[in-house]
Amino acid sequence: MPKCERIKKVLMIGSGPIVIGQAAEFDYAGTQACRSLKEEGVEVVLVNSNPATIMTDGDIADKVYIEPLTVPVLEQIILKEQPDSVLPTLGGQAGLNLGMELAESGFLDKHGVKLIGTTAETIFKAEDRQAFKDTMEKIGEPCAPSQVVHNVADGIAFTNTIGYPVVLRPAYTLGGSGGGIARNETELVDILTNGLRLSRVGEVLVERCIAGWKEIEYEVMRDAAGNCITVCNMENIDPVGVHTGDSMVVAPSQTLGDKEYQMLRSSALNIIRELEITGGCNVQYALNPESFEYCVIEVNPRVSRSSALASKATGYPIAKVAAKIALGYTLDEIKNAVTGKTYASFEPMLDYCVVKLPRLPFDKFLTAKRTLTTQMKATGEVMSICTNFEGALMKAIRSLEQHVDSLVTDQYLQCSYEELVAKLRIVDDRRIFVIAEAVRRGLAYETIHQITRIDLWFIDKIAILVEMERRLRSEPLTVELLREAKRMEFPDSVIARLTGKSEETVRQLRHQHQIVAAYKMVDTCAAEFEASTPYYYSVYGGENEAEVSHTRKKVLVLGSGPIRIGQGIEFDYCSVHCTWAFAREGYETIIVNNNPETVSTDFDIADKLYFEPLTPEDVQNIVDIERPDGAVVQFGGQTAIKLTESLMKMGVPILGTRAEDVDAAEDRELFDRILEQTKIPRAAGGTVYTAAEAKEVAHHLGYPVLVRPSYVLGGQGMQIADSDQEIEEFMEIINRIAQDHPILVDKYLQGKEIEVDAVCDGVDILIPGIMEHIERTGVHSGDSISVYPAFSISDKVRETIVEYTGRLARALHVIGLINIQFIAMGEEVYVIEVNPRSSRTVPYISKVTGIPIVDLAAKVIIGHTLKELGCPVGLAPACEYIAVKMPVFSFEKLRGAEISLGPEMKSTGECLGIAKTFNEALYKAFLGAGIHLPRHKQMIITVKDADKPEAAAVARRFEALGYTIYATRSTAKYLQQQGVNARRVNKITQESPNVLDLILGHKIDLVIDTPTQGRDKSRDGFLIRRNAIETGVHCLTAMDTANALVTSLENARDELTLVDIAKVAAIRLDERKPGEQV
Amino acid sequence: MKAFLILEDGTVFCGTSIGSAREVISEIVFNTSMTGYLEILTDPSYAGQAVVMTYPLIGNYGITPDEESKRPWPDGYIVRELSRMPSNFRCQGSLQEYLTQHDIPGVAGIDTRALTKKLRRQGTMNGMITTHAYASLEEVLSKIRAYTVGDVVSKVTCAEAYTLPGKGKRVALLDLGAKDNIARSLERRGCTVTVYPAYTAAEEILAAEPDGIMLSNGPGDPKACTAIIREIGKLYQSNVPMFAICLGHQLLALATGADTHKMKYGHRGGNHPVKDLETGRVYISSQNHGYVVDTERLRKDVAVPAFVNVNDGTNEGLNYVGKNIFTVQFHPEACPGPEDSSFLFDRFLAMMGGKP
Repeated sequence: MPKCERIKKVLMIGSGPIVIGQAAEFDYAGTQACRSLKEEGVEVVLVNSNPATIMTDGDIADKVYIEPLTVPVLEQIILKEQPDSVLPTLGGQAGLNLGMELAESGFLDKHGVKLIGTTAETIFKAEDRQAFKDTMEKIGEPCAPSQVVHNVADGIAFTNTIGYPVVLRPAYTLGGSGGGIARNETELVDILTNGLRLSRVGEVLVERCIAGWKEIEYEVMRDAAGNCITVCNMENIDPVGVHTGDSMVVAPSQTLGDKEYQMLRSSALNIIRELEITGGCNVQYALNPESFEYCVIEVNPRVSRSSALASKATGYPIAKVAAKIALGYTLDEIKNAVTGKTYASFEPMLDYCVVKLPRLPFDKFLTAKRTLTTQMKATGEVMSICTNFEGALMKAIRSLEQHVDSLVTDQYLQCSYEELVAKLRIVDDRRIFVIAEAVRRGLAYETIHQITRIDLWFIDKIAILVEMERRLRSEPLTVELLREAKRMEFPDSVIARLTGKSEETVRQLRHQHQIVAAYKMVDTCAAEFEASTPYYYSVYGGENEAEVSHTRKKVLVLGSGPIRIGQGIEFDYCSVHCTWAFAREGYETIIVNNNPETVSTDFDIADKLYFEPLTPEDVQNIVDIERPDGAVVQFGGQTAIKLTESLMKMGVPILGTRAEDVDAAEDRELFDRILEQTKIPRAAGGTVYTAAEAKEVAHHLGYPVLVRPSYVLGGQGMQIADSDQEIEEFMEIINRIAQDHPILVDKYLQGKEIEVDAVCDGVDILIPGIMEHIERTGVHSGDSISVYPAFSISDKVRETIVEYTGRLARALHVIGLINIQFIAMGEEVYVIEVNPRSSRTVPYISKVTGIPIVDLAAKVIIGHTLKELGCPVGLAPACEYIAVKMPVFSFEKLRGAEISLGPEMKSTGECLGIAKTFNEALYKAFLGAGIHLPRHKQMIITVKDADKPEAAAVARRFEALGYTIYATRSTAKYLQQQGVNARRVNKITQESPNVLDLILGHKIDLVIDTPTQGRDKSRDGFLIRRNAIETGVHCLTAMDTANALVTSLENARDELTLVDIAKVAAIRLDERKPGEQV
Repeated sequence: MKAFLILEDGTVFCGTSIGSAREVISEIVFNTSMTGYLEILTDPSYAGQAVVMTYPLIGNYGITPDEESKRPWPDGYIVRELSRMPSNFRCQGSLQEYLTQHDIPGVAGIDTRALTKKLRRQGTMNGMITTHAYASLEEVLSKIRAYTVGDVVSKVTCAEAYTLPGKGKRVALLDLGAKDNIARSLERRGCTVTVYPAYTAAEEILAAEPDGIMLSNGPGDPKACTAIIREIGKLYQSNVPMFAICLGHQLLALATGADTHKMKYGHRGGNHPVKDLETGRVYISSQNHGYVVDTERLRKDVAVPAFVNVNDGTNEGLNYVGKNIFTVQFHPEACPGPEDSSFLFDRFLAMMGGKP
């Protein structure tokens, strides 16, 4: 029962598609909150447009709407469901903004619905720049001198009074979108113009630059009775100037004395009290490193990315407690779930050190600017725990899975002293490696500190790691040295490399002297109270606390690590569902993962959670202690799949599809044999290692060809090459990272792309549905608009696909999930690739068909057959709804990134449109992706020659919708010939007014620009696309997408039909709740 | 140099010697604060004890001018890791040097979590810090077991009375081992504070006609302070407003007929929630005590519980019936720890008729 008896039915707003600045942490928070609300008997109505989330499962909320997150849609849901309350503080900034708009318009009042968790007034006081400043002034909390401006002229005038540099912060934007530091008037005008446009209310704060100060955050909780606690504080290793989401962060703060710590803690409590926040809140500070002077940077009156991190760093479930507070409970009435004995009204004490590192997407966007600023660029993050900072940093570095396992690098060997110093000045993701090199070269700490403003304490820690490197290189490997290296978490592989020994020798030496990992518990209280949380981290040199039992069968579930483009939240969805399914079958479940933003790293998902890097050595240490009966790798994306071989060497059976069969799908030659045997055609191709070999294969096949490395996810490094020159370029890029596996070169076929997920028990197969992509082959499946059920294929093609899927699954002896991509050209079907594992479409297809395929796959892996489970086999009948999955990109956050779609995945998230008709589903999907058109009814078309006929057809339809069409010379000419009244504009290189002026005039809705191939950034097209994105103009780079959009606009409607996905006809094989024991 | 921590149950932890290499036997207690190691070291309440820090990285910001008394008091200091590079704008030296300078022996590099768990399960234990590798433990164990904290108040209290001038209310502060921030908190509120040695006769204090009497924190078993309890009993009779912290709170309870007992492993840290029974509000408090007042033996007509520990329900404060007296077990003076309850000094000031 809620404490506040009025609350019986709550509408919870999710955060929508994953974009940079708003990622999986809100699925974690939202899921935890939903469970917390349901625990109290509250009926939960959930709305979130993101189908890849766990919170949108039918068993997490009572009613689930995967609908666009817009005010009209929310109003419609409120009218239909009649909730008494809306909880807007767990859906990130998106959720908060929507809650605010609903309240501001008076809609909530009119219908007797209350905002819980926080009031509109609180949101306003914390989010509105001026109101916030006034509030801080009132309670005597200092802010950096600043002024809110609504135009560029005011910005310049104010800056002239406080002096450059200044920080610009647009109001109501995600991840500091559109913000930055301006050092001169040119930069000011540039950033300010952009920021004003991005802000929902056209407001930007111009602020004195306090770059170089320490950046400290506090996570604070308050209940309605006024009780306040701080959950945790965190210190950014990168000083103010880098967005906290892109910073290296340590918890708790390391360089603050008790005076500084308490001063800021008291300030945070002072602020949360004044804002009257009920729930969680995040306060960010800049602290002058030379005095007690501080400034409040900002306050987030809601659960945030930082609070997810704080929850995982301390074990304190912020979202769960925030939900209970929203229901009227006070902190001292809520039990601490970790100890089960104490209450939520205490402050966690850590007896370890936590390091968070951001996962940045520069491996995907080679042209993007790598510098880190106040605008967040990271797609995800990793966290690590150790009893010493050095160890935590080392663990975090290898958790990133970026082919780096220590600070050792030879990348800067060639740099001169001056070059190195110059590199130290560059604030980007490589800076820590530059610092290590600087220490190696003997630069004084003070010099490094003067340039980077990173605290000497951290520089010394890096130096300790560098010294260990040196000792390992130069001294004999004594037991003591080895012990010390392991204490700092040097992996065996690095020790082996530095000492010139084999990894096996190092490992044996360790075991001879009992230098083995021990596991410690995260218990929120530094061992002061007994706790039974099954949440562990490893250390060397200590007593092991992990209690191992062998009473039940035990399964190891490997998570998917940090969120990155190509491996997102979908795999966490799969890992969590797999864990639940195994638990229901009576297994003891163990999760290993290192991503603090996920549901899988919540301590009550599996029987045990090991918060550890996902490398063979780290997993081996867990295996040595736990001795699991088997491991599941098919749900954790490529991260888990990559561990297969190592697990087998450790003697851990791989449950489900065997490793040899996974290999057979990935290895070109083995797979060709399978295809021959099953008589399934595919595009011709070959495997190569060098550019010369690649060109030879390409000449044989004829251009265009598809070039890609094997064993990757998200089409990483995949390109369509039209010429020898492009082959050379792409091969060079691929081979920058040493390749263990060959590179594939295939004939590029252009046709319809079809995708299938299926469950196979070795004999029978269940295909929940067939998905068809709107974009033709050539655009990565993750970036394509995907439609279920397939809408344009013949029965024959459908039958062929079902037949091929069965043949392939059986030939690969698939036990569990399989994902296959096909090309349909006419009635012919070719296979593109086969992944004998879960895919990013699994959550989506599970939800829209109501067939819980992860659950089924887990059961099949355990040994049940589909027939035994009472499942239909073959292709499941299509359900009555059409579902359109729309990719969502974060291009505006990544300056300089190429946005044109191709075979390499670029989207960060997705949303779903679901309806009874294709047109409505499509409309909802575009709406959910944030495409609110029309506005100015003006657009620009500039396409390559091959696309011109299609462009004419699209242009005609836009014209019919009232659009004015601008086009560059040759496109304009063609369109005019085809009877489209296109206005010709000059190319960028020609005199003004040209196409760029048009874009920067803020009167354009849309740019359709289909690029010619290649990565040449200097081209006009690149500039057009970048400028469009950076000024908030939608930009489409595939004719198929443009076609779909115009269809959607032709079918625009005010009233949408709402679909409760929890009710979608489902094969409910198991009605039991997650976690329920058999 | 190697150093050992030998517990009375025979457990031996092996680490590295820090500070003095002197051998010492003491009572081993743990503190869970993540910052404030210097304030902890200079808290006189740790006299007779050796402190284990559960936070593993200690000394990060070196020695800053934040001492709570003139010297460090613990007999020994036990940490997981001492920072080799202290960094802070106020840093005056390293913790290593400080320990050496004050001849305090310590051990670093041991599994402090394992040690803490042992103390939690078995209760506070005696232990020895030594750099000598004993071949047989038998002999030392009996010595270790024989250790008692004994009379430590006399060790930590000031030698003679002195006055900190102010313009406002005149407060007599009985120094049972007072942290400096108690006097500073009163000074900041304008008070003139006269600090008296612990063994000062009540008559002498009352003769100065103070507006209020403040009983400080302090070390050791409250019941060992029989003489002081007697004098405090007289102060209680005087009707002068009183505010007491920690040991002072316990002694006043004993003086008015209540009882105290030793806790299994005490409360030491900066995260303990205490609930104000009158308002229902919860405050996060700084704590350092191994003994607690028995509320069962409390005479309802003398004193009623005012604060309770949310975690374990133990008493955290008393209001004296019909008197201008209130006492707390926790530390509103913080240093280290949260400043949430500093308003209690304002309450005391109001009780004396002053304005906060």
